[in-house]
Amino acid sequence: MMQTILTVDDSRTMRDMLKMALAEAGFNVVQAVDGVHGLEVLQTSMPDVIVTDINMPKMDGFGLIEAVRKDSRYRRVPILVLTTESDAAKKARAKEAGATGWIVKPFEPTKLIAAIRRVAA
Amino acid sequence: MTVDTMAAIRQTFFQECEEQLSEMELGLLSMDEGNTDSETVNAVFRAVHSIKGGAGAFKLTALVQFAHTFETALDYVRSGKLHPSADVMKAMLRAADVLADLVAASRDGKEIDESSYAGVAADVKALTTVEGEEEVEEVIEFQPTVIDFGLPDMAPEPTAAPVHEYRVGFTPRPELYLNGNETVLIVRELSRLGNAEVSCDASAVPGLDTIDPNGAYLSWNIKLSSEAPIEAVREVFEFVDGEAEISIEADGQSEVSDAAIAALLAQALGNASAGEPETAVTETNSEDHPQSAPAPTEVIASETAAVSPQATEAKAVAVQTQTTIRVEFDRVDRLINLVGELVINQAMLSQRVIEANFAGSSSVIIGLEELEQLTREIQESVMAIRAQPVKPLFQRMSRIVRELADTTGKQVRLKTDGEATEVDKTVVERLAEPLTHMIRNAVDHGIESPEERIAAGKSPEGNVRLSAAHRSGRIVIEISDDGAGINRPKVRASAIKKGLISPDAQLSDSDIDNLLFLPGFSTAATISNISGRGVGMDVVKRSILALGGRISISSRPGQGSTFSMSLPLTLAVLDGMAVSVAGQTLVVPLTAIVETLKPKKGEIHGIGADSRVMAIRNTFVPLIDVGTQMGFRDTPADPERSVAILVETGGGARNALLVDSIQDQRQVVIKSLEANYGTVAGIAAATILGDGRVALILDVDALVSGSLEEQIGGDVHYGTGG
Repeated sequence: MMQTILTVDDSRTMRDMLKMALAEAGFNVVQAVDGVHGLEVLQTSMPDVIVTDINMPKMDGFGLIEAVRKDSRYRRVPILVLTTESDAAKKARAKEAGATGWIVKPFEPTKLIAAIRRVAA
Repeated sequence: MTVDTMAAIRQTFFQECEEQLSEMELGLLSMDEGNTDSETVNAVFRAVHSIKGGAGAFKLTALVQFAHTFETALDYVRSGKLHPSADVMKAMLRAADVLADLVAASRDGKEIDESSYAGVAADVKALTTVEGEEEVEEVIEFQPTVIDFGLPDMAPEPTAAPVHEYRVGFTPRPELYLNGNETVLIVRELSRLGNAEVSCDASAVPGLDTIDPNGAYLSWNIKLSSEAPIEAVREVFEFVDGEAEISIEADGQSEVSDAAIAALLAQALGNASAGEPETAVTETNSEDHPQSAPAPTEVIASETAAVSPQATEAKAVAVQTQTTIRVEFDRVDRLINLVGELVINQAMLSQRVIEANFAGSSSVIIGLEELEQLTREIQESVMAIRAQPVKPLFQRMSRIVRELADTTGKQVRLKTDGEATEVDKTVVERLAEPLTHMIRNAVDHGIESPEERIAAGKSPEGNVRLSAAHRSGRIVIEISDDGAGINRPKVRASAIKKGLISPDAQLSDSDIDNLLFLPGFSTAATISNISGRGVGMDVVKRSILALGGRISISSRPGQGSTFSMSLPLTLAVLDGMAVSVAGQTLVVPLTAIVETLKPKKGEIHGIGADSRVMAIRNTFVPLIDVGTQMGFRDTPADPERSVAILVETGGGARNALLVDSIQDQRQVVIKSLEANYGTVAGIAAATILGDGRVALILDVDALVSGSLEEQIGGDVHYGTGG
C-alpha cells in the first residue's frame, strides 16, 4: 500500500522538492507549513512518516515532535528532522524531543528515500 | 525528476526568496527601531536560513556562504551573545542589501565579484568574533549536492570489491522504540548490505505478568558478509546511536564505543567516497549474495510494527492547506480580458432591453439588474487578483534612503505607512521609477545636512515619510519630508533664467512649486550624481499621468515638502467622459479634465489663420478643435454651439478641447489598439460602448502637443495655467 509522508516545512521550495522526490519514489505526500499546521493536518491524516523542518514560525520542529509524541495515536510514528548542517546539538535536541532520525539539507533524493525506508515499516 | 520540474522549483525558490528578503528587511527595520523581541529576530533568522537552505540545493555557493555568515551573526543576536546596537544593525542592513543582490545575481545567472561585498561580509563576520578570541576559519559543513532525481538505486553497485565479514551486536534500549525506530527495519536495512545471518536473543524477556510494554528486552546478533565498507554498516545505526548498545566487528577486529562511532561517522562523511576501509581484509569470498530477509525478523514485525495506516480515506481529506496558489500572469490577463468582454456584453444587453421598452417590474429587467450587479462583482474580484500590496515597492525605497544617507552624509529615517495597500501590479511596477526619483529628491534636496538641521533647531536626523492609502476608489501615495521645503525665490529665479516664465510673472506659491514639473527644470545648485541625472520632475509627472494619475506638491519653507500622487487602482478600466464629435463618440479620460465650459460669444479669439484661444477667467488657453484635429471634418465647429473641456496635460499646461456635446461620464473597459494598428497619434486606446459601437479614448497629451506643434512649429511653450 502506498505510504503517506507528512512534510512540515515553511519553505515552499523545500516542500516542493520533498514532494517531487517523495512522489517520484511512490509515496503519498501531505504537506504542512509549520508545526501548528502540522498538528492540524494530523487530525485528518495518519502519515506513516513525518518529515519536519526545525526552524519554522508559530511552532518549530522541536515543539511539533514533542506534541506528536504526547499524542497516543502518534507515539510511534517515525519522525525525521531536516537539519541544514550536520549540527550535533540540534540532532541531540531533536532526539531528546523524540525524533527518530534526521536528514541533512540539502538532501539528496536517494538519501532522503533511504532514510525514510530505514524508519518506515 | 525532469528538468522542467527542477526549473519550476528553481522558480519557486526565487519567488520565495523575494518573500523572504522582504520579510527579512521588514524585521531588520523593526529591529533597527528597537524591537528586538525574539519573534522579530527569529523571523529574520528564519528568512536568511530558508534562503541558505534553498540556495544549497541549487549549488549557489556564494549565496550559501554569505547567508551562512549573516545567519551566524543573527544567531548571535538571537541567543543574546550580540547586542543589536545601532552599528550592528547598520552592518546587518548592509548585509541584507548584499544578500538581496546575491539572490538577484543568482536568479539572473550572473556572477557578483566577491570583492564588491567582501567588506560587508568581513564586517558581519567581525560581529561574531569575540575580542581576544582567535578567529577560527569557519568550515561550513554544507556540501551542495547535485540533485539527481533518477530513481534511487538502493542496492550497491556490483563491483569487484572485497567482501568483509561483520559481526554486529545490537541491543536496543527503550528510547529507541519511544522515538519511533524499529529494530526490524534496522535489521532489514543491514541485511540489504549483503548476506546476513540474524539471530535474536530473547533470553531477557520477562514473564507476561512483569513485562513492561515500553521495555526493550531483545538483543540481536547479526553476521553479515558484505562488500560494503564499515561506514555503510555504521550508517545503518546512525539514527539509533545512543539509543542502543552497538558493537561492530569487522573481519575479526572489533570496535565498540558509541562515541567512537559518532566520531568516525563524521569522518566517514568526509571520505565516504574513498570507500576503502581501514581494516585489513583477510578473506575474500567471490560468491554472489542474493538479498534475503532473514526469517526471525518477520515474526517480530507483526507485534512491533509502526502504527498501522488507516489513512486510506483520510488521504482524500488531507488536502494541502495552502493559502496561496501561483498562477501564470497570462492566465490572469486572459481572464481580465474575458471579464472585459462580459462587461461590454452586459452593457449591450442592457441597452437592447431598454430599447425594447420592458416594464420596470418585468422579470427581464430584474434579471438584468442582477446580472449587472454580478458582472460588477466579478470584475472587481478579477481586478483584485492583479492587485498587489505596495510593500515590496516601499521596501526598495528604504534601501535607497539608506544608501543615499551614506553617500550624502545625511541622517535620514524612512517611515512607511499603509504598506498593505493594494494596487494593480502594473501600477506597482511602473511606480518604481518615479517613486525612486522622488525619494532621491527628498533626501538629496529636501533633507538638510545634520549641521544645518541643528542650526534650524531640528533634530539632526531627517525624516522621510512614504505612505499609501485608498481614497475614493483611487490610491493616494504621499512622500513627505521634514526638510527645508522648496526654496521658492531660487525656483523662480531659475525659471526666469531658463525662460520658462517672464520676469514679471505674477505667481502664487503653488504656481512656483509647480514649476518643478516643467521639462528641463533643475534646482540643484550643483548637479549631484544622485538626483541630477537629467531626469527631472517632469518625467516623474509624465509617468504618473501615463498611469492615469495626478501629482501635486505642497511645501512650507523650513518645514518640508509633500508630494501627493493619486492613481487609479487598475489600468484595465478607465473613468471617462463620453463626448460627441462629428457624429463620433470619443472618451476623454476623467483624470485629464479640469472643468467643462460652455463658450460664450467674445470668449473665443482667433490668432493667425487657424489658431484660436479661449479666455477663461483672465487667462487665455489654446482652443483645440477635436473634430478637425482628428480629421473628422474640415471646417472648425462653431464654439457657441459646442462644449469646451478644459484639460491639463503632463507639462501642467491647460488647453480647451472643443467638442459637440457631452454624453455622460462612465467607466469603460480599455481595449488596446496597438496590437492591430500600432500607435495612433492622439488615440490612447479604444473601448466598446453599450450599443456595440467602438469609441476611441483620447490621448490628451498627444492631442495637445500635436495641435501645438501644428500651431507654433514644435516650439512648445508652457504657460503657467489659469
